[in-house]
Amino acid sequence: MENSILIKTVDLTKVYPMGGQSITALDSVSLTFRKGEFAGLVGPSGSGKTTLLNILGSLDAPTKGSAEVLGEKVETLSHKKAAALRNRHIGFIFQTFNLLPVYTAYENVEFPLLLLGLPPAARKKAVMDALDWVHLADRAKSRPNQLSGGQCQRVAIARAVVKKPSLILADEPTANLDAENSHHILHTMEDINRELRSTFIFATHDEKVIGHLRRKIVLVDGKVAKDEVIKAA
Amino acid sequence: MIIPKLAFRNMLGAGAKTWLNAVVLSMAFVAIIWSQGLYIGIDAEVSRAMIEAECGGGQYWVEGYDPFDPFTIQDAHRPLTGPLRTLVEKGQATPFLIVQGTIYPGGRIVPVLLKGIDPGQKLLSIPSSVLKTADNELPALIGARMSATSGLKKGDTVTVRWRDAKGTFDAKDLQIVEVMRTTVQSIDSGQIWLPLQTLQEMAGMPSEATIVVTEKNYGPAVPIPGWTFKNLDYLLDDIKSVIQAKTIGSSILYSILLFLAMLAIFNTQLLSIWRRRKEIGTMMALGFSRGKVIRLFTLEGALNGVLAALVGAVYGIPLLAYTATHGLGLPADQIDSFGIAISEKLYPTYSGALVIGTTILVFSITTIVSFMPTRKIAKLKPTDALRGKLT
Ligand SMILES: Nc1ncnc2c1ncn2[C@@H]1O[C@H](COP(=O)(O)OP(=O)(O)OP(=O)(O)O)[C@@H](O)[C@H]1O
Ligand SMILES: [Mg+2]
Repeated sequence: MENSILIKTVDLTKVYPMGGQSITALDSVSLTFRKGEFAGLVGPSGSGKTTLLNILGSLDAPTKGSAEVLGEKVETLSHKKAAALRNRHIGFIFQTFNLLPVYTAYENVEFPLLLLGLPPAARKKAVMDALDWVHLADRAKSRPNQLSGGQCQRVAIARAVVKKPSLILADEPTANLDAENSHHILHTMEDINRELRSTFIFATHDEKVIGHLRRKIVLVDGKVAKDEVIKAA
Repeated sequence: MIIPKLAFRNMLGAGAKTWLNAVVLSMAFVAIIWSQGLYIGIDAEVSRAMIEAECGGGQYWVEGYDPFDPFTIQDAHRPLTGPLRTLVEKGQATPFLIVQGTIYPGGRIVPVLLKGIDPGQKLLSIPSSVLKTADNELPALIGARMSATSGLKKGDTVTVRWRDAKGTFDAKDLQIVEVMRTTVQSIDSGQIWLPLQTLQEMAGMPSEATIVVTEKNYGPAVPIPGWTFKNLDYLLDDIKSVIQAKTIGSSILYSILLFLAMLAIFNTQLLSIWRRRKEIGTMMALGFSRGKVIRLFTLEGALNGVLAALVGAVYGIPLLAYTATHGLGLPADQIDSFGIAISEKLYPTYSGALVIGTTILVFSITTIVSFMPTRKIAKLKPTDALRGKLT
């Protein structure tokens, strides 16, 4: 089970029409991710990191090629099925945190569980556990505008991991954080990776993040330029 | 259950604007119930007065009689026979005879309708018993409006001229024995009430009638040859359309309020979807389908209706309850200018059906205007929403 394949892309290509021309954001990307990986997509701006992450997260469909995520072919998934896949198995962490502003930290973390239809008691325990992981249990009642950037991102991490998903996709999670907060959340994510065996895939150009990665995939102009294991798990 | 819960959270989080929308909508809400209640109250009052004074349980008209065509009145009389006669004899109906005439008060020529009524009738509220007098050869009863336009007062004598069945003109002096105050214009303006039998003799139409008024709740109407039965729907139709026309003014007021509220909600929705497009993207990333997002936003908008109902209840219920129990006083000089029969104190009627109907109306319209702007979401791609793109 340890080495079971979670994601497999074959010749994944994404072309954006731009007026008369078109932009090839991803060009025949073939990659495999296994359970428990802590991997990162790195590369210059515009190299296709976000695009790839979005397709892996079934938020977007490829133009060509295929992406099998947790046994589902993203390119053939209906909008509703894709939503269900994300809800059940995929956690997202964004550069801009993307917390729901009128909800408290607790309610933000609870959101995916409400959608999953978890009973109240189980929900409460899971939310408090997740807030514990990110050391924010005492701020459960705070709203995003009462929290610092680092705290917001920790709430976002709690929201992504609360349902113990198989896959967590983090697009530039540290870009809006200072060094200390960045290290803090990276440690948190490493802990969660170890504890839950969730696969983490980052998109980043932050050296601090790259330093924590166990696998580094370099994208250049939508192509995989390098794919190396940095350190063993 | 998650969507109502979230919609409620979002609504509470939205703050002042939500309350503003709810207050405007609640005003439309209360205004609709208020004016419809007033309309129903007037309608009920007018119908009651007309039924008591004139319509009873419906009327049999001589075939060919048309109150709006004076030429038909000439021949609109017929002896009471068979079942009609039985009805009258049993006290379940009372006949009117209508003859055209002219009076000459103070040298003026005033065309009138002479209406014969049985002084002993008990079916209608017209005080016909005042015509039961022995001291007078031709006692007459008129209404206050007729009194005002003709200048005739109680005790006055005036010459009346009419044409009998054979077409010969005749004249006689009548004396006003009573001026009645009535809210029902159609038994008042341009009319003089005389004892039935006297009028029958004057016109040479013994035992004849133009209209036979049945008792309240009469029915089912049996067809009688030579007569046409006019039910209450028909008899009250004109007055009801007059009331409706009179109350259109108030419906314009609440329509504007409703329209403003809808515009505000529509606008708020549109703005909210645009402002929260990134939030929509986030919700989609967390596993919301477009359908769920649409339902959430629609419900959030629709909750404006619920909030409006609650806000409206706070000031609406005391207001409406007060007017329903204490009535609305209308200044005396306004009553006649209203042109229809209404009494001096009006009791608006707020039925459960009215409140429920209005609630359903407001909720439906609110839901529709809340839903319309969400159409944008139906085509929204999660990635575009996350990037803050919304076309
Ligand atoms: N919705 C879109 N429409 C058109 N072009 C797009 C769209 N999204 C991305 N692109 C283009 O695709 C290419 C890859 O974009 P992507 O966002 O994946 O890059 P990235 O590696 O994440 O860059 P960054 O490090 O700046 O976030 C870029 O050239 C970008 O302009
Ligand atoms: Mg990017």
